[in-house]
Amino acid sequence: MTDFSYTILIPLIPIFFFLIIGLTGHKMKPIISGLIGTTGLSIAAILSYFTAYQYFFNTEKIDGAYQKILAFNTVWINFTDKLHVDMGVLLDPISVMMLIVVTTISLMVHIYSLGYMKGEKGFARFYAFLSLFSFSMLGLVLATNIFQMYIFWELVGVSSFLLIGFYYEKPSAVSASKKAFIVTRFADLGFLIGILILSFNTGTFDFISLTDIHGTAIASGSGIAFMGLSTMTWSLIFVFIGGAGKSAMFPLHIWLPDAMEGPTPVSALIHAATMVVAGVYLVARLFPVYAISAPDGLTVVAYVGSFSSLFAAVIACTQYDIKRVLAFSTMSQIGYMMVGVGVSRYGGHEGLGFMASMFHLFTHAMFKALLFLGAGAIIHAVHSNVMTDMGGLRKYLPITHITFLIACLTIAGVPFLSAFFSKDEILTAAFHHNKLIFFVQLFVAGLTAFYMFRLYFRIFWNRDTHYHHTPHEAPLTMSIPLMFLAVASIFAGYIPFSKLVTSDGLPLEAHIEWIVAIPSIIVGLLGISIAFVMYKKETTIPQKIGSSFKLLYVGAFNKFYFDEIYLFVTKKIIFNYISRPVAWFDRHVVDATMDGIAWITNAVSFRIKGLQSGQVQQYAFVFVSSAILLGILFIYLFSI
Amino acid sequence: MDYILSGNQIMFILFSAMIVIFSILTVTSRRILRAAVYLLLVLISTSGLYFMLNYQFLAAVQLTLYAGGIVVLIIFSVLLTSHIDEKFESPALLKKVYGAIASILGAVLVINTLLSYTFIPGIEPAKDVNMNLIGNSLISWGEQGYALPFELISILLLAAMIAAIVVAKKVKTK
Amino acid sequence: MHTVIPIEYFLVTATLMFFAGVYGFITRKNLITILMSVELMLNAVNIIFIAFNRYLYPGQLEGHFFALFVIAVAAAEAAVAIAIIINIYRNFQSIDVEETDKMKY
Repeated sequence: MTDFSYTILIPLIPIFFFLIIGLTGHKMKPIISGLIGTTGLSIAAILSYFTAYQYFFNTEKIDGAYQKILAFNTVWINFTDKLHVDMGVLLDPISVMMLIVVTTISLMVHIYSLGYMKGEKGFARFYAFLSLFSFSMLGLVLATNIFQMYIFWELVGVSSFLLIGFYYEKPSAVSASKKAFIVTRFADLGFLIGILILSFNTGTFDFISLTDIHGTAIASGSGIAFMGLSTMTWSLIFVFIGGAGKSAMFPLHIWLPDAMEGPTPVSALIHAATMVVAGVYLVARLFPVYAISAPDGLTVVAYVGSFSSLFAAVIACTQYDIKRVLAFSTMSQIGYMMVGVGVSRYGGHEGLGFMASMFHLFTHAMFKALLFLGAGAIIHAVHSNVMTDMGGLRKYLPITHITFLIACLTIAGVPFLSAFFSKDEILTAAFHHNKLIFFVQLFVAGLTAFYMFRLYFRIFWNRDTHYHHTPHEAPLTMSIPLMFLAVASIFAGYIPFSKLVTSDGLPLEAHIEWIVAIPSIIVGLLGISIAFVMYKKETTIPQKIGSSFKLLYVGAFNKFYFDEIYLFVTKKIIFNYISRPVAWFDRHVVDATMDGIAWITNAVSFRIKGLQSGQVQQYAFVFVSSAILLGILFIYLFSI
Repeated sequence: MDYILSGNQIMFILFSAMIVIFSILTVTSRRILRAAVYLLLVLISTSGLYFMLNYQFLAAVQLTLYAGGIVVLIIFSVLLTSHIDEKFESPALLKKVYGAIASILGAVLVINTLLSYTFIPGIEPAKDVNMNLIGNSLISWGEQGYALPFELISILLLAAMIAAIVVAKKVKTK
Repeated sequence: MHTVIPIEYFLVTATLMFFAGVYGFITRKNLITILMSVELMLNAVNIIFIAFNRYLYPGQLEGHFFALFVIAVAAAEAAVAIAIIINIYRNFQSIDVEETDKMKY
């Protein structure tokens, strides 16, 4: 058996560099702290690649299946013999895959930020937070038990909060970071409840014993408990609420568009490639439990994912802020992944959806990071996020143009680019499982192609906007990650995922089913063509369509008023009818009691302070006469 | 009861009268140097009482340490801080009255209690307190051994010496 | 021979001495005279120890050694007290106890 204990270094290196940069960053030159952070991440990335190679090609399989390997484990908090929280490293196909995704994207973002964040205030702080995030995300991915995962889950939320609020002098960034934190925190409450029910039921936190399909844990709590669903199903639905919060699934999606207030590399790393897929990863991590003892939970996952992907795609068609378009696109694609997991079942060909979902997670990380980094390069050149300020940029930004085009083609599902394969697998799985979801996803695929090319044409073609100063191509530190990710987006589809990452660890025979593939290609090309007609040149078609579907357009443009609904519920109802009485009680009853005690003490001591005259002889006199009085008292009055 | 006083009794009356009178004079005299001399006389009379009770060593210590050391120290500090012939103003009347009431009341209470209690004299043979015994007791432990307080006292004296130097040292002014 | 003088006589003498000290401590204004009053009180206590030792427990030496150690402590106390008095004199140009009242509220 290969020794994997060195993998503990992969998360520890970023936290080490976080401490170094965080503690001494203000003393060193900004660029040095950036280089230190990048070096740390490179080491972690190399270790991850080595781990992946060792795991997939150099470790013996049992019955042809990849095993879960407990590379490192230590008891962190020991309550009783049965109840203890461990910290460790768990290697299995999905965690190793996530290792590669996280370290690759993180490394690219580190390199990219050397150029993008150059000259920004708080450069060292930025790199410190990036390292903290990398540590938390790697810890989450490698978690051996659900409690460790929860801890790192929260840490990821904190680093996301810190990075969204990076420009803390901007009020919108501050409120966006608070929103992201509070919404995900709210969802995490569901996660925590889920963990408690789940572990109370099964008696274990540990993933290995939890997902062992022949084990006792998986079979427990299967009886009907509440509203027609078993305890297990309920607990897994609660766990999924946590995942939905982190992955911005409907209706907990409202924080993701606002999170775009953070620096663009952060959006690429956290809000596109890694953190937001944590929800998918969570479901995938507990997949055997879902699939075997709570198929109803998976149905919920599939429907939520499907609805979110449609919902987000519709909104994305109407937005003008390019980062928001990408944010809704991310939400839509994560919906795809959720669908993939949701329509899957355990083992064999039934597990196609699981594999496809993981595959899509992988390719999505590459092309969506590319899209965001490309958008960052555009924003860097134009100094604006809004589409209407752009146009005709292909002449000024050739590298960004080509790489962005590659990414758009990839996400649109053009054949033989990576997302074609992964999306096609998801559609195939959906086709065999649930026809309704299949057609929704097919429609979303068309919408995706449309809004991505709307974005593309508006930025790079359309009218020739006059710029105050000529936009310039990004520096080399920014274009190298773009090119690398473009190459990855093209070729990631040829990785034999079905052999490596499957629901039961056994290789799977996957091939393109043309009955599914051809409609999806047609829909994609259709979307591209419509976008071409509408946005290649400056036309009035968009306005006409917008006014003929006015209700839908305005609704989608305002994100279907979900922010307003949330604001209404929190500000008008919760604040007025719950928080205010509680605050009143706190201020006038609890505080008043305490204030009263303090006031009385103060008043009394003010009155008697004259006794403390500083005259030693007075004290002596009082002492002596009291002693005499006590003497008289005890000798003459109380003598028996 | 015959009214012929033995030598011992005469000595005792002499010493205790000196003690009481000079104690009161010490605390009422308005010239500080005189007060110091009265204190010296009180201490010497006390050592006389110790002699009468056959504690020669203690009486010698009382003479050298108290009368010789402390009183000299006090007189020195008197010379440092006030004029020799300086006369204090009499303390405030109210203060005097309060002090007198407290001390007379206390004295009456204690003396009354003392006289109403019957002391039972010890019957064991009196020890001959010679230097040999004292020295051995001071460095032995266990029953009748005082090594621990002896060591503690030595540390206390060292600390007091250092403290006195540090406190009385002139602070360098800038 | 010493049995001729009852123990009460010693105790009464010591008591008077002690309360003379108390009176001095309460009424005197000069710090040095207050120190003298303290010495008087200590001395009174010593006499009582000695008397008890001699009359009630003649076979033991507790009172004797207690008095001895009290004398040592008194010596240390006098040294430190006089150092403090000199320091106060240096800072206040006076050793009047009524003026050294900084340690109040």
